[in-house]
Amino acid sequence: MNPVWILTRRELRAYFDSPAAYVVLSVFLLLTGWFFGNTLFLENVASLRSVFDIVPFLFLFFIPAITMSTFAEERRAGTLELLLTLPVRDGQVIAGKLLAVTLFVLVSIALTALYALVLALLGDLDLGATVGGYLGLFLFGMTCGSIGILASSITRNQIVAFILGFGIIFVLYLLDKVTAFVPGWMAGVLQYLGIDYHYQNLLRGVIDTRDVLYYLSVTAFAGLLTAYHLARRPE
Amino acid sequence: MIEVRDLTKTYGSERAVDDISFVVQPGEVLGFLGPNGAGKSTTMKIITCYLPPTAGTVLVDGLDVRRDTLAIRQRLGYLPEHTPLYLDMVVYDYLAFMAAMRGLPASEHRRRIGEMAELCGLQGVLGKRIDTLSKGYRQRVGLAQAMIHNPPILILDEPTTGLDPNQIVEIRELIKAIGREKTVILSTHILPEVQASCDRVLIINKGKLVADGTPDDLQASFSGGQRIRLGVQNGHAASVAEVLENWGPVQIVESQQDGDSGTLFTLRADTKDDLRPHLFRLAVEQGWTLTELHRDQANLEDVFRQLTAG
Repeated sequence: MNPVWILTRRELRAYFDSPAAYVVLSVFLLLTGWFFGNTLFLENVASLRSVFDIVPFLFLFFIPAITMSTFAEERRAGTLELLLTLPVRDGQVIAGKLLAVTLFVLVSIALTALYALVLALLGDLDLGATVGGYLGLFLFGMTCGSIGILASSITRNQIVAFILGFGIIFVLYLLDKVTAFVPGWMAGVLQYLGIDYHYQNLLRGVIDTRDVLYYLSVTAFAGLLTAYHLARRPE
Repeated sequence: MIEVRDLTKTYGSERAVDDISFVVQPGEVLGFLGPNGAGKSTTMKIITCYLPPTAGTVLVDGLDVRRDTLAIRQRLGYLPEHTPLYLDMVVYDYLAFMAAMRGLPASEHRRRIGEMAELCGLQGVLGKRIDTLSKGYRQRVGLAQAMIHNPPILILDEPTTGLDPNQIVEIRELIKAIGREKTVILSTHILPEVQASCDRVLIINKGKLVADGTPDDLQASFSGGQRIRLGVQNGHAASVAEVLENWGPVQIVESQQDGDSGTLFTLRADTKDDLRPHLFRLAVEQGWTLTELHRDQANLEDVFRQLTAG
């Protein structure tokens, strides 16, 4: 069996052996359900739009909460040293942890597919926007995960890892919203770097490789920074 | 075989390991001795491919830690200091995870874990979560984990720290049993441990290798003299002391009352010859009743203090 997958399974089991995953998933479903139900029953609009609007905002908090322990806790407990002396490369360790949080993101958005199913039965589901939205959520979540893992590798303290991960993602989230305050030439750059900007593009139902590429490159970059940091063998 | 050649490791400007060379033969149990912060752990971390060396080379079975790290890791079992374990895992699952990570096919997990449980005395706890185990059991889990893939070489960093005396004896016995088949490097700052379980001792201090030999060799080469305890009954302590002082080769370090009617002398002699027969004959000549005659050799503790003091 591939060591990446073995690690992923252990990580996933660790999520679901502790209450963290259940608390996060419950609150996640409660909040998305509230927004979905509101639109459906109060406004009589059969749309996933409000769910797609709220989920990235939830990911901002929830994903750093899930990833905060990944490396910080292993460093604190000393298990990282043992892990990094097993016959695997550092990159495989990082990949295993990233795959685990990505699968967790998949599970969480798969649970919201129930809403899509209800809409498909009740009314017209905008298939393009739904597919684009789910792809966007998946990429958005994976990218948050990679940043959360990077933050967790920097410190031994889980709380610091959480705040740091949240902070980085939040700054990326704000980038395309502050374009009004910066010179024109900068606005384009900031917009392109914004993590929400590309999601909004995908949400329109247009799947542009530039948007997909953005998420993949940020994920890869965060992974590389994590690898670079771990290679220095922090205590 | 492990070959460490001119190994140096620096952290910033601090030299944690300073130009160390040694060779560990297959099947040897090597004790790494030194005060805290002497560079024991750092050397082990380099051999296990956790840290890269700053200078010098380490060869494990001819493989270089810089180039062939994955192949070396496959041959090693490692128990880091403080026995880090995933506390939220069940013992069986943890061992299965480590077995899988070390490339053991899933079909062999059950058999290997069973063997490890038997060797390390884990039969009763395989189904328990690690955080519910005592320190002694955790240590056994750590050892089981290190041996699950049956590696020819084991690296154990302070395997008995924090255990109670009974547990220490148990773990030592275990290491002894393991040492019959495998090459073992273990570090410790507890001296009796080395005497109890090691074929050979390396003493390092401030990153430098200061002694290398069997425990007996080290004792012999560093014992600059001997101490003899002599108990005499019914004698007049003062006259016994006088005779001893005039006798020649010994000096009285200390004399103390031993029970109601005896005196216990501690004598020092600068010679390596065994003075006990001579003392016995002296006692016979003088008509003393001996209650005790005992020679203390310089033990490893003295050697260690001599080498690492200051």
